[in-house]
Amino acid sequence: MLGKGLLGVYLSVLVLLPVAALLAKSGTGGASQFWREISSPEAVAAIKLTLIVSAIVVAINAVFGTIIAWVLVRDEFPGKKIVNALIDLPFALPTIVAGVVLLALYGKGSPVGINVAFTRTAIALALLFVTLPFVVRSVQPVLHELDVSMEEAAESLGAGPLTVLRRIVLPSLTPAIISGVALSFARAVGEFGSLVLITGNLPFKTEVGSVYVFGQIQNENLPAAAAVSVVLLAAALVVLAALTLLSRRRSKHVL
Amino acid sequence: MSSSASGSLALSPAPAGRAAPGRDGQRADRALRARKYGVRTVALGYLALLLLAPVAMIFYRTFEHGLTPVFDAIGEPNAQHAFWLSLEIVAISVPLNTIFGIGMALLLERGRFKGKALLGLLIDLPFAISPVVIGLALVLAYGKTGWLGDWLAENGIQVIFSVPGMVIATAIVSLPFVARETIPVLRELGTDAEQAASTLGASGWQTFWRITLPGIRWGVVYGVVLTTARALGEFGAVSIVSGRIEGETQTLPLFVQARFENFDVTGAYTAAVVLALLAFATLVLMNLLTRRTRADTAA
Amino acid sequence: MHLTSPMKKVAMTKKTLVVLASICAAALALSACGSSGSSGGSSGSSGSLTLVAYSTPQPAFEDLIPAFQATPQGKSVSFKQSYGPSGEQSRAVSNGLHADVVDFSLEPDVERLVKAGLVSSDWNQNATHGFVTDSVAVIIVRKGNPKHIKDWSDLVKPGVQVVTPNPFTSGGARWNVMAAYGAQLKEGKTPAQAQQYLKAMFANVVSQDSSARNALQTFVSGRGDALIDYENEAITDKKKGEPIEYVIPKNTILIQNPVAVVGKSATAQKFVDYLVSPPAQAIWVAQGYRPVISGVSGAHFPAPPGLFTIDTLGGWKKVTDEFFAPETGIVTKIEESQGVSTAK
Repeated sequence: MLGKGLLGVYLSVLVLLPVAALLAKSGTGGASQFWREISSPEAVAAIKLTLIVSAIVVAINAVFGTIIAWVLVRDEFPGKKIVNALIDLPFALPTIVAGVVLLALYGKGSPVGINVAFTRTAIALALLFVTLPFVVRSVQPVLHELDVSMEEAAESLGAGPLTVLRRIVLPSLTPAIISGVALSFARAVGEFGSLVLITGNLPFKTEVGSVYVFGQIQNENLPAAAAVSVVLLAAALVVLAALTLLSRRRSKHVL
Repeated sequence: MSSSASGSLALSPAPAGRAAPGRDGQRADRALRARKYGVRTVALGYLALLLLAPVAMIFYRTFEHGLTPVFDAIGEPNAQHAFWLSLEIVAISVPLNTIFGIGMALLLERGRFKGKALLGLLIDLPFAISPVVIGLALVLAYGKTGWLGDWLAENGIQVIFSVPGMVIATAIVSLPFVARETIPVLRELGTDAEQAASTLGASGWQTFWRITLPGIRWGVVYGVVLTTARALGEFGAVSIVSGRIEGETQTLPLFVQARFENFDVTGAYTAAVVLALLAFATLVLMNLLTRRTRADTAA
Repeated sequence: MHLTSPMKKVAMTKKTLVVLASICAAALALSACGSSGSSGGSSGSSGSLTLVAYSTPQPAFEDLIPAFQATPQGKSVSFKQSYGPSGEQSRAVSNGLHADVVDFSLEPDVERLVKAGLVSSDWNQNATHGFVTDSVAVIIVRKGNPKHIKDWSDLVKPGVQVVTPNPFTSGGARWNVMAAYGAQLKEGKTPAQAQQYLKAMFANVVSQDSSARNALQTFVSGRGDALIDYENEAITDKKKGEPIEYVIPKNTILIQNPVAVVGKSATAQKFVDYLVSPPAQAIWVAQGYRPVISGVSGAHFPAPPGLFTIDTLGGWKKVTDEFFAPETGIVTKIEESQGVSTAK
């Protein structure tokens, strides 16, 4: 079908070709060099830091994103429309702006008295900022389409709100939450611009994978940059795949 | 299918016909209200710290020195060109990604073939790569010394360091949203209505237009909003493939960076505010478009 | 759910919208291809020059270009300008970004283009050895210098927090490291002792931003006691009213920024010649740069007694290899050893 063909071409131009070129570059020195690049102590530290902080960030996002989506769909309060419109802002802002603003707000001169700049907390903070919209915007559409009569039925049968939440609402929302979590994780792992200013990029302490990769590119060490990128990518893919499987299995139960 | 968007209770609307007599009912109501306010406070508190404070700071920093510097910044020719260039790139990449996203979502949720999981992962792939590396990959693939470099040069097509390359970079980083937003909604919708339509004699296209699309519209709406916002704010990948030529290949985010480098704080923040307003406008526009089509889903 | 007429209207509206959008998209795409052909394919005709430079001199060029256009050689020459991190810009040109004149932060960024065959190998066989501006490495401190930082030795004192851009993500940051290292040698230390100094200094580093500008932002936002930077940046900052001072250490490195012609455009050569001429050098001086020729009006820069250049240390090729090579570089190893000692 023409449609599938066009989709395929689009995907190839945008994803397959560039990623293949990247993979090829990462393998230029052979498997042994690939291994050496990704097992250098600084690379390992950066990768570990990235993955751990990203995992924490997406867990927080899963919880708070759902709560926020709930409040935006089911609740009414003055200014709700504005808040709803602001959710996407972290996304539309160039990352340098995010970095500067977060540094001003939560660094030494903080007007709210919170100073976490140049620590690992700052990494989490910046990542939470740039991944804010994902879970929220994934859950909102599903909440809109949710059939309230199921919840009403459960309540009239005597189920408490927590039970309704657990047995009726959450199973329907789970695929959306997982989708949002997947996007959050992918973004967190690759995020660069908003982190460079607020973290200090200290190797082994606050240097994340993407900053390390950037350094290798600047150093003409393209195979190393590509190799570490591939590792980060693989980690993100594994998580994405696991989440997709989880989502599939859960939705089978719902039906 | 009733939409609960107009519901006013946080946890669930009171089922019709349930009396709330005397103290028990009052206690239940109080507990319900407490829960509602509690949830609202948690959500708004989180947002205040993480979203509202940064936004307030951006607006404050922009207008800190009055309106004149802001208008000067907006009137600058490079700023204006950057604005239109950003819009142009968004106007091309967002519709393309929307069509692709809906198509992919349909393929993954309604299609039957092996390797679905793999295809799903492919869509998310570029998103997990740092934008700087995406720029690098594009240069490796389409640059002068890249895989397709010779072929492109022979045919007089300039991709890297020119607008098409920037469109591709922007499309890559905003690729998965429409698909990812639409897939859960498609799943939630189920195929009953679509199957009914097709047994009634509707063609595939008709079924899509009149049943599926209205059903997934919220997913598409938020997908488009996210895609547009992401495309507007894209910096890393575009910075590598654009060549940063002022007045030619400098998008608004690149312009923000350039202003920041030159200590023009007002100029940088003004451009950032413009980007934020564009994202805001996109949401308003999408809401308007869907509001006009809401009449059909009443009852 | 059955098909009602409102739904039909909806279907029509949506269809029209999509068709319109597609037409718009196609039109824009075509226009983009058209415009890209002209912008990408143009080679330097005598009427137009493309300048690709690092970020710092942009304000200087805002004055230099109109001044050049006011001269007989510069009349009717139009300019396209691109500014960005020096290394990235250099790489972009070697990857196909069209340029007629390049102005970079350090020599290796031009040498890359020589290797790529874009700049002729005799680019620096001239009176100024290819350089267009000079500066020196300085230490920026808070107004009033509360910690009394006067020299490199103060940076390794306990409790002193140092900010310097990451020498692996910012080529320009390498000036800072080599300034500190070379100063140790000038003081009479052996290379081994100088390396020990570097180790101690890096132990005091609390932020390694990805660029000099970011490092400045970090410092100004309250982080650190001392920022290693270039004199021209410090001068600009002070002019903008930032609450800082700067100290020129006794022994420090001369920062030399190269300019070169890409390709064979005669107009480009005229522009490069102009940039090192007295009137242009006066403009550079007004922006805080040290001139590369003598007798420039307004140039009152203190001369550090122990000024040295990168050639004193063996030249960039040797230094890059010895200090910044991926696994074997001295600084690479220092950064790694830091991690080993702080990681459990």
